[in-house]
Amino acid sequence: MSKPWSARVNGHPVTTACPDERILLDLLREDLNLTGTKRGCDLGTCGCCTVVIDGRATLSCLTLARLAEGRSITTIEGLTPSTGLNPVQQAFVDHGATQCGFCTPGFVVTACALLAEKPHPTRKEIELAVSGNLCRCTGYTKIIEAIETAARSPGSR
Amino acid sequence: MTVSERPTEYRLLGGRIPYIEGPLKVSGRAEYTDDIKRPGMLVGRLLRSPWPHARIRSIDVAKARAMPGVFCVLTGEKYPTPFGVLPITHDETALAVGKTRYIGDIVAAVAATDEPTAERALAAIDVEVDVLPEYNDPKVGLEKVLEPIHARGLNGTNIQKEVVQHFGDVDAAFAQAAVQVRFRGNFAGVTHAFTEPLVTVAEATPDGRLTVWSATQVPHYLHRSLSEVLGLPMHRIRVIKPEVGGGFGGKSDPLPHEIVCAALALETGRPVKVLLDREDVFLTNHGRHPTQNEVRIAAAEDGRLLAYDIEAVIDGGAWSSFGTVTTYYNGVLAMGPYRIPNFRYRGRRVYTNKPPSGAMRAHGGTNIRYSVEVALDLLAEKLGVDPFDLRDRNALPAHSTTVNQFRITSTSFRQCLSAARERSEWNARFRKLPYGEGVGLGCGFYISGSNSPIHFTPKMPQTTVHLKVDMDGGIAVHSMQADIGQGSNTLLAAIVAEVVGVDLSRVHVVRVDSDVSPIDIGSYSSRVTFMMGNAARRAAEELRDQLIAGASQVSGYPVEQLEVGFERIQVRHRPDIAVSYLDALHRAMEKGGALLTSGAYNSPPIGGTFKGARAGTAPAYSFGAYVAHVRVDPETGVLTPIKIWAAFDCGRVLNRLAVEGQIEGSIHMGLGQFLGESMNYRGSRLLNPSLLEYKIPMPEQMPEIECLLVGEDDPEGPFGAKEAGEGPLIATLPALANAVYDAVGVRCSTLPVTPDRLLRLIDERAESGLTWKGG
Repeated sequence: MSKPWSARVNGHPVTTACPDERILLDLLREDLNLTGTKRGCDLGTCGCCTVVIDGRATLSCLTLARLAEGRSITTIEGLTPSTGLNPVQQAFVDHGATQCGFCTPGFVVTACALLAEKPHPTRKEIELAVSGNLCRCTGYTKIIEAIETAARSPGSR
Repeated sequence: MTVSERPTEYRLLGGRIPYIEGPLKVSGRAEYTDDIKRPGMLVGRLLRSPWPHARIRSIDVAKARAMPGVFCVLTGEKYPTPFGVLPITHDETALAVGKTRYIGDIVAAVAATDEPTAERALAAIDVEVDVLPEYNDPKVGLEKVLEPIHARGLNGTNIQKEVVQHFGDVDAAFAQAAVQVRFRGNFAGVTHAFTEPLVTVAEATPDGRLTVWSATQVPHYLHRSLSEVLGLPMHRIRVIKPEVGGGFGGKSDPLPHEIVCAALALETGRPVKVLLDREDVFLTNHGRHPTQNEVRIAAAEDGRLLAYDIEAVIDGGAWSSFGTVTTYYNGVLAMGPYRIPNFRYRGRRVYTNKPPSGAMRAHGGTNIRYSVEVALDLLAEKLGVDPFDLRDRNALPAHSTTVNQFRITSTSFRQCLSAARERSEWNARFRKLPYGEGVGLGCGFYISGSNSPIHFTPKMPQTTVHLKVDMDGGIAVHSMQADIGQGSNTLLAAIVAEVVGVDLSRVHVVRVDSDVSPIDIGSYSSRVTFMMGNAARRAAEELRDQLIAGASQVSGYPVEQLEVGFERIQVRHRPDIAVSYLDALHRAMEKGGALLTSGAYNSPPIGGTFKGARAGTAPAYSFGAYVAHVRVDPETGVLTPIKIWAAFDCGRVLNRLAVEGQIEGSIHMGLGQFLGESMNYRGSRLLNPSLLEYKIPMPEQMPEIECLLVGEDDPEGPFGAKEAGEGPLIATLPALANAVYDAVGVRCSTLPVTPDRLLRLIDERAESGLTWKGG
């Protein structure tokens, strides 16, 4: 049974029809066309679908859309400036922290949420923050370096 | 054009070149196959066999077909043409025909308006079967069996391929050897675990054409297989490769779901998407073969290697896939980086009722090199020589030929050894660290592109690159090479920009599209940098020459006196006299409009004439020497890798960022196979088909990595480069194993080395009364 669903998505109020069993990842990707959020496993094991809900990095594939109703949801699209890139994104590019790039939006979202909460994390804190995100290409080396660089950059979120 | 002398430094190449798709990937704007939506698109779903081995008596699809919202229900008889990645072993069908051969075989497919409808339709399909005996142990399949999995099994067995090779006289060498060692390795199957699931979108249009978007690392093989199975000529099929979320070999076979998706699109006239869930990705597998091997090595008193005697039994799973190549590689990739005067190998790949094994990063080389390198550690100990000295003494010389007629050109293996030894402070650490801590050496050797392409007509080039420049000055690059994250698009653009002397932003690599991309046979066998790189260079040099001719007409200087500068053509030794890039281009275009150039590469004739002689031949080889530093907790068996010094010879480094990325990623994957990754089976049933239970290493498990890039220019590689995509994985595993030995004195013969296994080995050693470094 579809009922209206409303939330703030990337800073804008959004209303759409949503069945009670709808998963947030499906709503974002299929209904709102926000395809930057990736579907890697549907089981909460890879972190590719990470979004920020009210400041917290959250796995959208394990979140019922209803539970995010009325809240503030930020996806990778919402973290990207209208021109250029944010400091985390720029650091990922500069350090070669993306290879295939499929896990990248999840890592960037997680890193932005971390830096918003803790602007100067230690390396251990960074590793812990991204320990729910899997990357099969980079061995994480350059991802951790990129987040460390972003944390040092003045404009980071 | 005159041949210009080779500069030792390049403007772009050799630096740290960020990936050109980086900005799209970090912003979520890169388009992957699952991001594609077509108007009226249907959902395709697959019914998979719950039986490991069964004869199909009937499939009743009437109820499913009658359901509202169901557009098509497909079974095997409609498209029964067999296919497979190797032309000699076509033993797969898009959907099961007559038999199912593993839990996961596709039995039927549905296209419906949405997922719930498709799921209901699958549930309404009735399949009746006669269950057949299942074969899960490859050793059982070596003998004649009651019900061979494939009719093509050797003499009523399940053996898919047997390779027997003998060079020199191994028995005589062992008879005269001063020292012999033997090592048996037992390797669990591992899988690619790329983050992007397998997915395909297909659309048939009323003009008689079929368009297929797919997560593939070899668009050309998919194109060819679609044509064979669907009965459509290739020119009526258009294959597009969007961004691909990792492959590592797992997207190199043409896969059944890709063909099923296209068939559903043809049957319905509607676009169809088939997206596999993670469990189905695990069942599709094509990962590294579970393997049991045995290596015997004979050596002289002075440490000279005299002979290898190798046997391998390889678990192929349900299909052939690349298996014939795998069977050869498990022997012949032991042929370097040392000189081996006598060599014998017997390898058998056996079908089992398990998910198919196939090609995975460092295909065919990983397990055999593990056993050889651990055996060499045993040998060094027995001889009382340092492991580095033993390897240095036996290093294959540059410009030599192996006993099985591999052509070795460049090798910087000795430089790898000295760099790893020095940087790891080996002499101060080896056998000198306290009990529970150790260092170990492992070495690698891998092909830089298969010399024996899987091709319609081997005389065609392995790769072709086209360039097109119009008056705007942007250079469009067309090639079917498949960037799956390794950075080949970036390298392609950088080579063109380097040769033509323009800013990198002028070059755009056009998405792979079989309508416009000239054939390249894809991302496997570590061939792309070497082969595509050479083709790109040739295409770019032709373009450069046309620009120089244009500049000559503008300036009046003869072409011999002109050279490319940055965004200009200038007079040699007088760079103050120059014609701008655009002025030269516009003059060059006056004759025929947009400039179009083409470059191609085919590998040279190499290798012997005996059966199987071409397996393992390559225009060049990579080499590596890694030292691992580990800590082992003898109370818990927990192994902590602290640091890996990775000395690697990929010839000249063209993109330092990408080479480091390949080495770091390879170490991650090798570490995973060593520490814990394993496809776990109960009988034929895969027990851990998810990323929670099949655990790849996490950030905090990664050691510090120091990349030591010591390669010298290869004579035939583009700008002197060789591969860095797969070879860097190989040395990781034996370096870790030999470091464990140095730490606690036990040999790891069964992979993965989980804490319980390691603890058992440590306890066994203690119980036998042996001590190690005081522990």
